[in-house]
Amino acid sequence: MTLKSALLAASALVGVAATGALAETTITVATVNNGDMIRMQGLMDDFNAKHPDITVEWVTLEENVLRQNVTTDISTGGGAYDILTIGTYEVPIWGANGWLVSLDEGMSDDWNADDLLPAIAGGLTIDDKLYAAPFYGESSMVMYRTDLMEAAGMEMPKAPTWEFIREAAAAMTDRDAGINGICARGKAGWGENMAFLTAMSNSFGAKWFDEDWNAQFDSEAWANTLDFYLGMMEESGPNGAANNGFNENLTLFQQGKCGMWIDATVAASFVTGDDSTVADKVGFALAPDNGLGKRGNWLWAWSLAIPASSDNQDAAKTFISWATSQGYAELVASKEGWANVPPGTRTSLYENEKYLEAAPFAQMTLDSILAADPQNPTVDPVPYTGVQFVAIPEFSGIATQVGQQFSAALAGQQTAEEALANAQELTTEEMEAAGY
Amino acid sequence: MATQQSRSAARLMIAPAVFVLLVWMLIPLCMTLYFSFADYRPLRGVFEAWVGFKNYESFLSSSSFLKAVGTTLWMVAGILSITIIGGILFALLLDQPMFGQGIVRILVIAPFFVMPTVSALVWKNMFFNVDNGLFSYLYQFLGLQPYDFLSQSPLFSIIVIVAWQWLPFATLILLTAVQSLSSEQLEAAEMDGAPALKRFWYIILPHLSRAITVVILIQTIFLLSIFAEIFVTTNGAFGTRTLTYLVYQRVLESQNIGLGSAGGIIAVILANIIAIFLMRIVGKNLDK
Amino acid sequence: MARAITPRKKLMWTVLAWGLGLLIFFPILWTFLTSFKSEATAISDPPVWFFFDWTTENYQAVLERSNYPLALSNSIAIAVGSTLLGIVIAVPAAWAMAFVPGDRTKDVLLWMLSTKMLPAVGVLYPLVLLAKWLGLMDSRLLLIVILMLINLPIIVWMLYTYFREIPGEILEAARMDGASLKDEILYVLTPMAVPGIASTILLNIILAWNEAFWTILLTTVDAAPLTKFIASFSAPEGLFYAKLSAASIMAIAPILIMGWFSQKQLVRGLTFGAVK
Repeated sequence: MTLKSALLAASALVGVAATGALAETTITVATVNNGDMIRMQGLMDDFNAKHPDITVEWVTLEENVLRQNVTTDISTGGGAYDILTIGTYEVPIWGANGWLVSLDEGMSDDWNADDLLPAIAGGLTIDDKLYAAPFYGESSMVMYRTDLMEAAGMEMPKAPTWEFIREAAAAMTDRDAGINGICARGKAGWGENMAFLTAMSNSFGAKWFDEDWNAQFDSEAWANTLDFYLGMMEESGPNGAANNGFNENLTLFQQGKCGMWIDATVAASFVTGDDSTVADKVGFALAPDNGLGKRGNWLWAWSLAIPASSDNQDAAKTFISWATSQGYAELVASKEGWANVPPGTRTSLYENEKYLEAAPFAQMTLDSILAADPQNPTVDPVPYTGVQFVAIPEFSGIATQVGQQFSAALAGQQTAEEALANAQELTTEEMEAAGY
Repeated sequence: MATQQSRSAARLMIAPAVFVLLVWMLIPLCMTLYFSFADYRPLRGVFEAWVGFKNYESFLSSSSFLKAVGTTLWMVAGILSITIIGGILFALLLDQPMFGQGIVRILVIAPFFVMPTVSALVWKNMFFNVDNGLFSYLYQFLGLQPYDFLSQSPLFSIIVIVAWQWLPFATLILLTAVQSLSSEQLEAAEMDGAPALKRFWYIILPHLSRAITVVILIQTIFLLSIFAEIFVTTNGAFGTRTLTYLVYQRVLESQNIGLGSAGGIIAVILANIIAIFLMRIVGKNLDK
Repeated sequence: MARAITPRKKLMWTVLAWGLGLLIFFPILWTFLTSFKSEATAISDPPVWFFFDWTTENYQAVLERSNYPLALSNSIAIAVGSTLLGIVIAVPAAWAMAFVPGDRTKDVLLWMLSTKMLPAVGVLYPLVLLAKWLGLMDSRLLLIVILMLINLPIIVWMLYTYFREIPGEILEAARMDGASLKDEILYVLTPMAVPGIASTILLNIILAWNEAFWTILLTTVDAAPLTKFIASFSAPEGLFYAKLSAASIMAIAPILIMGWFSQKQLVRGLTFGAVK
């Protein structure tokens, strides 16, 4: 009986809410549960005050579940969401399929498209049309503990080499004290360890495919990449590295258990933030290289896009204009301080004295983003674009399986050669099935 | 005693259940069957309605297929053995005289109410995590090197999580069976001086056989489709990719609906083979 | 129980049972404790047990960040709705199978159970397309129907095995006394069937509450239940153990409490014909 009455009460409640919302436009936003997005939900009062006719409903999900939901929806014709939070990998593919609405028209007047960082906007543009607005952009860089570096008697150059990183990591490692010289991604996934390893392989002269779309995991360059990675992680990496993704490493670094951490630039505000026990001892450097002309850093932008199936495209554009404008940056700054502004999307932010002062990592973030070149990601020419991914629809499926091979190698379940041989086999198989 | 009239009444009463299940089975199954012969890759904008058995061929010939079948069987077998052995022990234990029996029973059945996603998240982060998990602290406390469960013993870790959730179910069913055992029989055996182990082997276990088959049947049905626990913990890495998970990867991660549908059909066929096999045994046992 | 029970033996069993019971329960207890810690305390080395600054900040954060009441009401509606719908369809079927068994009864029963073998992912696209075509995406009705169908075989099976244990002689005796079919059902059978139905309902509410594939993929906002609510706390950036624990406790508490209060009813009928 109590269940039944609770049920009745609940449906009555929902009914009331639904009638109340009839007069307005309701847009549904699917987003990832990252810090900057959660902060945005806390600042909705400002949007609601400016646009009382638009109600925003949030679907905030963990990254994997978000992809599951959003991809299923859009590939079956869409309809569930008015705004999707997607990345640099999805936008070109979905845009080319005609699934997204171009943002060249209908954005609010003060939303300045020319102010977007060209490297970031370029990744969201197909045929000169912008299909998504970057909410925050990131590259990757080295974050390191200045105190441990000093104790090791070494000095971090602004642009280190992989050799230096490996040496420094070994020197900083003190496993009895729980300090690992290097933390890097090991958890399997195209957006986890494969983002790191693909970007790293670029600096070793490796590539996913040659110009005829043949898989290249049998190349010496890939063998060097993986050997170096596994060797370095074994010498100086944390114990459970094969399960560590961005978030696990962030926790380790914040607890003071990492000497260096190579990961997304967006982590900078977390490791210097309130939750961090080492906030005042963090330095930054560019992602390492091997002197071959490419650095091991990637380029990514979590972006807001509107599916073509949305019935509320105007309202959605209004919301995106608000969320990705300079005005939003100022709003965050006024409420939570400049250091917490979503980074990496607008030139104006990096010309803002107040931001540069409040965010010690700002210049390094900008330099890292500018150092990535999605159009020419590798040392040798390749038929694809994308730094830490290959912008073809098959990539996410293939790279997740390859990532599982590499992750298993890191866990010591197979050798590097076996992992590469399996990767080569399964990639060739999948590419053939895809008709390459 | 059943008249013609009551027969037709009975048929009428069964009809709705049969009808909805038939619709439920046929419509999605037919669509899946249809897709399984098509080249359907929405991300490429490809839809070719008939490619013959190509999808079946590539699904079956891929090296991951047999491995996935093996993983599935190991996982199910592992979980079944833990829950049944543990369930029998708990059932016997809970049947003993003790203080606060009701509360102990509540403690033991609690995991059954926890949703799979939650239990996988809790185990993964708060127990198995090598840096901040409780097991690591325990290892350190004992002077051992922390063990990375999820990458060193991934299959075992998932088996532990799922077995933890299903142990209460097995315990409850087996407990009812244990309690239905007449105490005279046991007492007689005890009087005869039969040792505890012998009593268990010759009296209790045969009495429980029926309950054990039921537990195996019901649990297998649920265990063949384990998904959330793998999705949350390893994402199918380190050899934890079951058949269900392989199909998931084909459909959602690779967005190859044709190939995934073929995999789905193959999974249905295999599951039904297991089911028929199981039901033969159970059916026999239930007729007794 | 005529066996002689020495107090020492009883004490021994008590200690053993409580120890093992607490071990099984421990993950839930630990989650509960963690949900009242600050994020930093949640991962402190060594772990702290009871003596820390208890805080409700995690619960507040979770409530602030998501629509818990809506997710809760959806979970209740979906779990209760699908179970009741299933019962309405299953009771007559199980009834007929138990009391008027035909030659094919067992086959039908086993066939029903085999429909549960359909792996959900395999039929994901067909179902999503179907749901969109019917305009039922993100509706409770859709989930109620789907979860009912998924669990119907279990419901029928459970009720069937329970009804079969009702002795047929009672029916015959009632008939001899001139009871009509209506009387027979209302006054003779129903009182005997109620415990079995109750425990079937309870088990299926639990199963539906915990279903985490369809409930996540077929909903967005309006019909999203607690399984989806959890997905927004599972791996955010930064420390999250305490908030994850709070969200977990909020998701499992209602069903756990229901289960505890009704465990006697649940246990009574949960035999699946395992006991003769």
